[in-house]
Amino acid sequence: MQKLSNNQIAWRAAQDIQDGAYVNLGIGFPEKVAQYTVEGREAIFHTENGILNFGESPAPGEEDWDVINAGKKAVTLKPGASYFHHADSFAMVRGGHLDVAILGAYEVAENGDLANWSTGPKGVPAVGGAMDLVHGAKRVAVITDHVTKDGKPKLVKQCSLPLTGVGCVTRVYTSLAVIDIVEGRFVLREKLASMSLEELQALTGAELVIDGPVTDLVVPEL
Amino acid sequence: MDKTVKDLASAVAGIEDGMTVMIGGFGGAGGPIELIHALIDRFKATGHPKDLTVVNNNAGNGHVGLAALIEAGMVKKLICSFPRSADPVVFTERYLAGQIELELVPQGTLAERIRAGGAGIPAFYTPTSFGTDLAKGKPVEVFEGRSYVRERWLKADYALIKAQTADLHGNLTFRAAARNFAPVMAMASAVTVVQAAQIVAPGQIDPENVHTPGIFVQKIVEVANAVQEEDLNRAKATYPLEG
Repeated sequence: MQKLSNNQIAWRAAQDIQDGAYVNLGIGFPEKVAQYTVEGREAIFHTENGILNFGESPAPGEEDWDVINAGKKAVTLKPGASYFHHADSFAMVRGGHLDVAILGAYEVAENGDLANWSTGPKGVPAVGGAMDLVHGAKRVAVITDHVTKDGKPKLVKQCSLPLTGVGCVTRVYTSLAVIDIVEGRFVLREKLASMSLEELQALTGAELVIDGPVTDLVVPEL
Repeated sequence: MDKTVKDLASAVAGIEDGMTVMIGGFGGAGGPIELIHALIDRFKATGHPKDLTVVNNNAGNGHVGLAALIEAGMVKKLICSFPRSADPVVFTERYLAGQIELELVPQGTLAERIRAGGAGIPAFYTPTSFGTDLAKGKPVEVFEGRSYVRERWLKADYALIKAQTADLHGNLTFRAAARNFAPVMAMASAVTVVQAAQIVAPGQIDPENVHTPGIFVQKIVEVANAVQEEDLNRAKATYPLEG
């Protein structure tokens, strides 16, 4: 079965980031989105620990460990960057000042519920900024494989894992499709041309609604 | 006015058993490693302070700083958002053995609870955690059609934070993203102790550039060449030094 690589999913998500947008990328996979900012557009990236407009990682040996991102990786600053304290940082998050947050997911439900912080009661629980980020950004998008490693749907009727937020996700970019969440339903916007609607539906845990045009999901080799 | 104390031991001398201590820092940025180690030194020498409640974003890394404080057995309870990281051996073992209590707080809620504590606001409503396990038992109210969870302020007996420059009045500047929780922790603590890379005369920090005004600061101590937690962990350091 053909599917997009993580780089290709990140590329597709980056196409929807508008010029001048303030963006928070979740730790890990979502950080890849920054690599694919569209030529000619300027996005300002926010990190919870108090930086706006950070850029690439520095060369090894050039790290300044007071200049890190939320994943505790060293970053560099772009012209026009700023530092601020944690309460201001989360005012940016909850106060509706970010244009988009792009996060990973264990499960997304058709009503927009997101589970991405806990796989259950084992081990040490850790939430970080995940529960804050799902509130306040004008768009909350998820990038994810369409199914789990065992082939089970990650897009479901109802999340089985502990929730990060209720009804918060507005768009999902998967390895197979682009899906909007509209009034409690998964509305299909784009899918790989190699896959039929029936095949895609079989890998999705809730109904895929057709409401408007469905175009081919076309992504360059990366 | 002169808020300097003569050394690190004097800076942490007032911290007693059972107190709540806020510790600045996020990852390796802003951790007041020397102040934490001075507190461990006192515990090794006297058996006090113990049964501390510590507020920090994380649970320490490796075997230095906050991790070493936990490893020494001084911490009864940790209030934090993300007690998992690359090398969280010490906290993980203690937690899974039931030897340390954890209050898990979303990161923005943690920052705002501390800010509220410093601002005299006993409670506030936030959308964060509504409908999740972390909101269980907390009052919910609807504002303009959306549901919000009531959270309480968080205050401490002491804050230990790291600044770049302090003047004798306790006015502070921070370096880069080492600022993180320090300004709000300074507000929320009865006694804020600052280790600063340099201490200067009043007037030497441009008033336009003061990040934390001295009213929030009680004690300052100069630590000219402070270590960075990240560097210690890359060198696999432990505290107290072995041998």
